[in-house]
This record gives sequence, C-alpha cells and structure tokens, in this order.
Amino acid sequence: MKTLTFSQALNSGLRAAMEHDDKVVLMGEDIGKLGGVFRITDGLQKDFGAHRVIDTPLAESGIVGTAIGLAFRGYRPVVEIQFDGFVYPAFDQIVSQLAKMHFRSRGNVKLPVTIRIPFGGGIGSPEHHSESPEAYFAHTAGLRVVSPSNPEDAYWMLQQAIADDDPVIFLEPKRRYHQRGDVDLDQVPEEGSLYKAKIVRPGSDLTLIAYGPLVKTALDAATAAEDEGIDIEVIDLRSIEPVDFETLGASVRKTGRVVITHEAGKFAGIGAELAASLTERCFDHLDHAPVRVTGFDIPYPPAKLENHHLPDLDRILDGVDRAMRRTGTQLGEDG
Amino acid sequence: MPTVSNTFDAQAPDGPERYLQVIGPDGSRTPCPELDDWVQDVDTRVLGDLYVDMACIRRLDQEGTALQRQGELGLWAPLLGQEAAQIGSGRALDRNDFIFPSYREHGVAYCRGVNPHDLLRMWRGAAPSGWNPYEVNMANQQIVIGAQTLHAAGYGMGLKLDGSTSAVITYFGDGATSQGDVNEAMVFAASYQAPVLFFCQNNHWAISEPVTRQTTGYIADRAKGFGLATWRVDGNDVVAVLAATRAALAHVRSGTGPAFIEAVTYRMGAHTTADDPTRYRDALELEEWAAKDPLDRIAAHLDSLGADLEALKLRASAAADALAAGLREAITTMPDPSVDDLFAHVYSHGHSWLEGQREEYRLYLDSFAADAEVSR
Ligand SMILES: Cc1ncc(C[n+]2csc(CCOP(=O)(O)OP(=O)(O)O)c2C)c(N)n1
Repeated sequence: MKTLTFSQALNSGLRAAMEHDDKVVLMGEDIGKLGGVFRITDGLQKDFGAHRVIDTPLAESGIVGTAIGLAFRGYRPVVEIQFDGFVYPAFDQIVSQLAKMHFRSRGNVKLPVTIRIPFGGGIGSPEHHSESPEAYFAHTAGLRVVSPSNPEDAYWMLQQAIADDDPVIFLEPKRRYHQRGDVDLDQVPEEGSLYKAKIVRPGSDLTLIAYGPLVKTALDAATAAEDEGIDIEVIDLRSIEPVDFETLGASVRKTGRVVITHEAGKFAGIGAELAASLTERCFDHLDHAPVRVTGFDIPYPPAKLENHHLPDLDRILDGVDRAMRRTGTQLGEDG
Repeated sequence: MPTVSNTFDAQAPDGPERYLQVIGPDGSRTPCPELDDWVQDVDTRVLGDLYVDMACIRRLDQEGTALQRQGELGLWAPLLGQEAAQIGSGRALDRNDFIFPSYREHGVAYCRGVNPHDLLRMWRGAAPSGWNPYEVNMANQQIVIGAQTLHAAGYGMGLKLDGSTSAVITYFGDGATSQGDVNEAMVFAASYQAPVLFFCQNNHWAISEPVTRQTTGYIADRAKGFGLATWRVDGNDVVAVLAATRAALAHVRSGTGPAFIEAVTYRMGAHTTADDPTRYRDALELEEWAAKDPLDRIAAHLDSLGADLEALKLRASAAADALAAGLREAITTMPDPSVDDLFAHVYSHGHSWLEGQREEYRLYLDSFAADAEVSR
C-alpha cells in the first residue's frame, strides 16, 4: 500500500506498463523533458529513452494516425492529448480509423492504442482546456471509454487499458490530479474488471451515478444528504463504454430512484443514455423518473463563470430532492 | 552510410542561420537588396516611432505577467523578444487588411488599437474573448494551434471573390506548422491564389519542443513547396520585418497568390505563466538571444545616426507608463460576468431547450434567496 496523488499514480502506472511490455511506447506533445504539461510522464523519458517516450510534432491527427501505424506494427502506443479541447483535430483518425480497423479487417488487425486525455473543468483555464468530450467517443462503436476517479483506479485502470487489445479512450479528471489516496500496488485487479462499475458508498434510498471528477462531489453530496435522513448509494461508473448495467440495474432495483451527474451538457449526453437504459431495464422498480444533474448546454464558459456551470454539491442535492419528490426546483420536468 | 539514430531526434539544420537583415544586432545598417526599396521612407522619426511601439508592448507584456502573478489574470502568454516581429508586421498593414492571430499577438492587437480592457478580458477569464473583430479588423485570439490559418485562407478567398484590394494576414508559431490545418490552409490559399500572408513567428520553441522537432530544414522552405512566395527574415530586426511584410503584402495584393514570412525570433519568457522553461531550456541560449534584442538594436542604430536617444527613451517610457496605467485601470473597472452571460450568445436567435435551462437555473438560484428569506 502506498499513498500517491492521482498524477503520481498515473506516472507509476505508465512506468509499470512500460517495464512489463517493451512494446509500450508513449507519444505526445511535451511529454519528454517537460514530463507533459501536467507532469504525468515526468522522468519516463530519462529512464526509458527518447525512442519509447516520444515528443511528437505538434499535430494531433498526426499523433493518433502514426500511433495507429505503430500498433499495426505490433506496438502498444499510449498517446497523450495535452488537453481535452485539442483532441478534436485527431477526431477523424480516432473515429474513422482507430475505432473501425478491427471491424474493417474482420478481426485481423488489433489496435491496442490508449488515448489519455486530461478532461473536465474546474481549474480556471481558458477556452478548450475544460471540455468533456466523452459522449462523442462513447457514441462511436469500436472504442472503449473509461475514466478513473481516484489514485488506485488511476494506477490499475491505466495498466488495464494499455493491456487491452481494443482502443481505449482514457479520460483523466484533471482537477483531481493532486488528490491523494491509497494505492494497493500488489492487489492485481481481476481480468475484465476495467469495465465494472463500483459501489463506492452503499445506500438504500437512491442511486447516485457519477464518474471521473464528479465522484468525489457525489460522495460529498451523499454525506450531506445523510444529515437530512436520505441514504444514498453512490456508484462510480468507471467505464463509460461499455456500461456495467448489471451493477447499476441491481442498485436501482433496490433503491427505486436514480440521479445521474456529469460535467458535460445534458442534451444527448451520457446521462441520457443511462436514464433511458435504466428506465427500459428497471421501469417497474422506479418510483421516479431518472434525474440528470449536468453542465449546461453551452460552450464551456469563461473561468469566472465555471462554478455556475459545473454540478456542485448543492445542485446534486437539488436533483436528489426532485427524485425523492421533496420539492427541488422541478428542473426539466416541464421542459 | 550515415548513422541512424533510433531516437527519432531530428538534426538541427547545418551552418549559420540565414535570413534577410537590414539592421544588425550591433545597430549597424547592412545593405539588403531584397528589402531596401521597401523601407526608403524609414527615417529617424519612423525609427523612433517603431522604438516607442516596441517599448510599449514590452511594457504591456511585463504588466500582463505581473497582473497574472497578482491573481488578476488567469493566464498570460508572454511576447518578450518578439516585439520586432509583431510591430514590424503590424505597422505594415493597412487598416482594411484583416488579421487572424493566435493567442500571443498582443503587439499586433496594440497596433490595431484594441483597447486594454478588451485585450485583457479573455486572459482574466471574464469572457471567451475581448473585442468585436469587425471593429478592428482582427479576429479574436485563437487557442487551437493553427486553426486560424484556414479561416484566413477562406477570408482571402472571399476578398478575391469580392475583387477587393485588401489582404489578410495570419499569425502562428513554428510548432503550428506541423498541424494539418496550416498545411491545408496553404493548399487552399495557393490553389485559389487568395491574398493571404502567412506570418510565422519562429520563436524556436513550442512549449518545451525545439523547432527541430517540427522540421529539419527552414520553415520558409516548406512553404515554397506549396507554391507560396517566401521571405525568411531576421525577426528581431523591426525594419527588416516591416520591409518584408510590405513586400509580401504587395505580392498578395497583386493577385498572384499567397505569401509566407518566417520571422526568425526568440521567445525570451516562458511559454505562458503556467510554464517553467528551466526544465527544458539552456540559460546560455537565452543569453545568446538577449544579445540580439530588438529594442537595443534600434537604439544603437539611432545612436549611430546621431539621434537624441535621451529624448526618445523619455518619450518611450512616458508612452509605456500611460499604457500600463490603462491596463491597471482596465482591470479595476472590469465587471465580473453575470449569470446571464452564461447562456448569452450560444445561438444567434431563440433556442427553446437552452431557454428552458436558463429558466431552470434562475429558479434554482432564486430558491436560495427564498430559503434565506424563510430562515430569517
Ligand atoms: C491543437 C492544439 N494542440 C495543443 C495545444 C497546446 N499548446 C498550446 S501552445 C502550444 C505550443 C505552440 O507552439 P508554437 O506554434 O510554436 O507557438 P508559440 O506558442 O511558440 O508562439 C501547445 C502545444 C493547442 N493549444 N492546440
């Protein structure tokens, strides 16, 4: 057991993956000497060499496109996209090429490419530095999309993603990079557990689903709700695509109420999929329609307004009140 | 057989850097047949004005960094060292020429008369952008590397369709030249012979990556391959930049296609206030470039012409002081954005879903006020 920050856990996870398999290569802008703008690759170029920690030209489409070629050749590239908003120049290579190659080649070509993206807001950055692009990728067949919420998951999920033969979009909640937590370096997770959700707080009155940056906020909200006598079960989704509906469904059947929260906008977001799928599966067990507490459907706002945009404890509790039919502000019920 | 390195490390171009220069680092005037005709009018008075401009934007940069350190700005991208590239090109433009900048062209914005309030608003995080592009003929700052060059190509196609005599200029860094967008922009501009001037400030670094990570040769040579007329100039020589920009603008206005300027300069400061260049940059390199300082060389040149340097420096510091005062005033008077700004301008006209969301959020905020009322 070791106490690490989220970013140290990612750094250790990369190191372990590179030691384990010499076909693992890292690619990205500024990941060498600088160690990445968030220092996630700090020291790795020094230890593994510039042929395995590759500072790339400034071209995202080029980075992902060449990672595809390297994977064709038997490598396991781990790509760092500097910020969420800069993944879009690579979007074509990701959705038209990376996602479809296995299908196109009728299973003959495997592309074990991991794309690491620091995502989400809350750090007071300018435009393009706080986006939540998960729905674009989750909507694309052939990609798997995961997001850890704590250092231990960061450490293990990253290694699992790299070891996976499918392309994985790995979303790192950048505002949690400095969060500390215990990491069990010896307890190797079970095969396939990368795509399992986790009940991070058991409860009986309501199921609160979050992932990435909002898991901590959701846990705080559950603690606050306890004072009002509401016993919330918090689920960390961990895998956004595929979704572990088994765990989610069991919880919702137990509690009869569900609130889903994410930073991304509500319209056609991940919450919409979860709400619809859980309604299909658990309709007879629901006491209230699923409630979504999300960012607004606006371009990510300037720093001085982001605290309004991002779901916080109060907005989540307001959603809880609605799902419990305890007034709340009736958000979305007539719109 | 040449030895092959397995690190993919590009080699630096051989030999001394070659570029067009009018005034050397020591202030001496060197004949430059390619550029001299374009700066016949540059006398002591014009040189003095260019000096004052550069001093002003150097101060603007210092203030930006200081304001960030004081927590007044969220971020700042320094331009220290790039004054000649920005003033030389900015002052060559006609009022009707349109500019598509990156995020670092504070000096060009200054030439356009963008007011300090508008310049700082984005960096403060108070709005997505500062000014109305059509009021100053300059698009808002672009953060996505290279994206603006395509907009410039399209704007240039529009100018051509309109039969306009104006030109469009787009600014970007050496790192940006690796992006597909920049290469596609050159293809479009060349293919339609659009009046576009591509202005690359090769400041030698893209955050931590040296220019050799983007190219093994001269950036200007790459543009030649797309069929652009190219100039590679000393980007710390304001007169050379002014001359080359005038020449390139004349070329693009003639309707024979786009042009490209590589201004060879150096980013003396950090990439942004969030960056730590000591992790990747050699202090000696900084010293070497400090000796090529754009302001010092104009001062030295004016001195050699017998100009009254004392008076010039007084004029420059008075102008810089006034600008600095304006920047501080802008910060103290800039209102914080309101909640309504969150939902404003997402669409140009009504949008039922978003209006619903705005109304919901208003109700939500009101509920706190109501709670406060009850508990009183
Ligand atoms: C598409 C995209 N990728 C990555 C970034 C992050 N980033 C911001 S500035 C920068 C370096 C740019 O270098 P260069 O083009 O040389 O311009 P300079 O900042 O040196 O003026 C990078 C990688 C970005 N803004 N946009």
